[in-house]
Amino acid sequence: MSNDTTISDIATAEHGTSLWKDAWIRLKKNRLALFGLAVLTLFIIVALLTPWIAPYGYETQDLDLGATPPSAAHWLGTDIFGRDLLTLIMYGGRISLAVGFVATTVALLIGVTYGAIAGYAGGKIDAAMMRLVDILYALPFMIFIVLLMVVFGRNLLLLFLAIGAVEWLTMARIMRSQVQSLRQQEFVEAAVSLGLGPATIIRRHIIPNALGPIIVYTTLTIPSVMLLEAFLSFLGLGVQPPQTSWGLLISYGAETMEEFPWLLIFPGLALSLTLFSLNFLGDGLRDALDVRSSKD
Amino acid sequence: MWRFIGIRLLQAVPVILAVITVTFFLVRMAPGGPFDSEKAVMPEVKAALEAQYRLDLPLPQQYLAYLGDLTKGDLGPSFKYPGRDVNELISAGLPVTAELGIYALLVALFLGGISGVVASLKPNTAQDYIPMSLAMIGICMPAFLFGPLLVLVFGIYLEWLPVAGWGDIPGDKILPSITLGTAYAAYIARLGRAGMLEVMSQDYIRTARAKGLPEWQVVTRHALRGGMIPVVAFLGPAFAGLLTGSFVVETIFQVPGLGRFFVQAAFNRDYTMILGSTVFLSTLIVLFNLLSDILAAWMNPRLRAQFGGR
Repeated sequence: MSNDTTISDIATAEHGTSLWKDAWIRLKKNRLALFGLAVLTLFIIVALLTPWIAPYGYETQDLDLGATPPSAAHWLGTDIFGRDLLTLIMYGGRISLAVGFVATTVALLIGVTYGAIAGYAGGKIDAAMMRLVDILYALPFMIFIVLLMVVFGRNLLLLFLAIGAVEWLTMARIMRSQVQSLRQQEFVEAAVSLGLGPATIIRRHIIPNALGPIIVYTTLTIPSVMLLEAFLSFLGLGVQPPQTSWGLLISYGAETMEEFPWLLIFPGLALSLTLFSLNFLGDGLRDALDVRSSKD
Repeated sequence: MWRFIGIRLLQAVPVILAVITVTFFLVRMAPGGPFDSEKAVMPEVKAALEAQYRLDLPLPQQYLAYLGDLTKGDLGPSFKYPGRDVNELISAGLPVTAELGIYALLVALFLGGISGVVASLKPNTAQDYIPMSLAMIGICMPAFLFGPLLVLVFGIYLEWLPVAGWGDIPGDKILPSITLGTAYAAYIARLGRAGMLEVMSQDYIRTARAKGLPEWQVVTRHALRGGMIPVVAFLGPAFAGLLTGSFVVETIFQVPGLGRFFVQAAFNRDYTMILGSTVFLSTLIVLFNLLSDILAAWMNPRLRAQFGGR
């Protein structure tokens, strides 16, 4: 008995590590994905350390200086209030990245739970739950988020929730199809015959096995969430001063680009580079984890 | 086929009704009445105003009255611009937005379609990598960044094209259309490439080649129809994206279209205007999703067979 368990433990452990190791080896061959991973890691570290490593204080301004092009004292120049652009981009990045990650986490939690329940329950419950997803898919959410921001004021927490609440639909669909194919398999039947409850089976057996597609789709959701935030902030309906985000900085930059083009170009570069990295990493992970392109 | 269309149409009805209901109650939940901001309004005046806009009735009655107006095609008055109503603003903005959207869609289909097909013909060569890298840039470069950059280069530095406006100066429609179309060109290129790759490996393409058709005829006569199904299915969502994208593009280029009205209404907290335009835009989007679904189904012989043939 004890012998049996150790053998199967070793077997599962080895299988488990080799799968992820395999994926890592395949990912390492993909230069673009590695580049994306490196840029992201750098940006995240910078965002975490910003209060300590930013060259100037967030509220430091030098009105006499005004907007100056990049120089030794201000690497990326200053804006019309004489604030250091690098500092603004670093603080803006904190918000943009936070929106990306938090809203995606919200979407992930809702989508995975909803999809797992629908897929596991099957039958009429599944049909009803997925019908609701179909209906929600048809709703024009962009317009609704604008509406929400107007009705409830422009607050950051609401922005997280609203964006997260929109993006969970595809996650739910992916999770459901994963669960449907997994629950037919022998190890799930074995778990059922051992008398485990549905919640435990979903948590212990189904979600870990569906991790690949979830990770891939999560990586691809973050950039679309960040775009959504930047879009709203650009229109003036997202992040509000005194806070800033890349979208807001781009919007200010676009107003004054004729005289001070660097105010548009550098925040734009930061946003585009992040979106690039996330997309490349997502595509790379898709290949590495061999997820059948079930994007839609 | 008719059954398919019928089912889809029936599905659209509850969606549209849900949109109207949710929007109506959301807007009514907004803190503060629309006339609270004007400070020294006499109570009688306020009462008269509220009666005029039916705010004195209980909420369910307001809702039913609004639904009644909608069936007559009346989207309600504007709070901010007395004497104007939502219908008027929409009929002023819609032609402009439609024109912009059509140009953008043409840009997207032309650029995206060609580069997607070209890339799919020689996968994993330079002919594939170059257009696909450009498509990636198009996806990662949002319109609110791409638009100002285009203005900076072609409008300000090179002075080739006007920087704003719509139909005032010749050439002022070019930059907005390109700005709005580019992101969709990128998506269409990716979808088109994937669709074509899948089709090109199928038996009927081999048959077409075996019977001695030249390669360009294999592509144009046999592969395109199947390979473009994902693109057609994407047109519905793309249309929704074009509408919301026009919020940004119309703001950047000062185009007097629906998108700008909507954003201005959001800023002015013009509740009836938001309500009316949300209902209008949402219905439009739902209908276009429906249309693109039907078109994609019609192009897909398997789906057509499933619903009883033509």
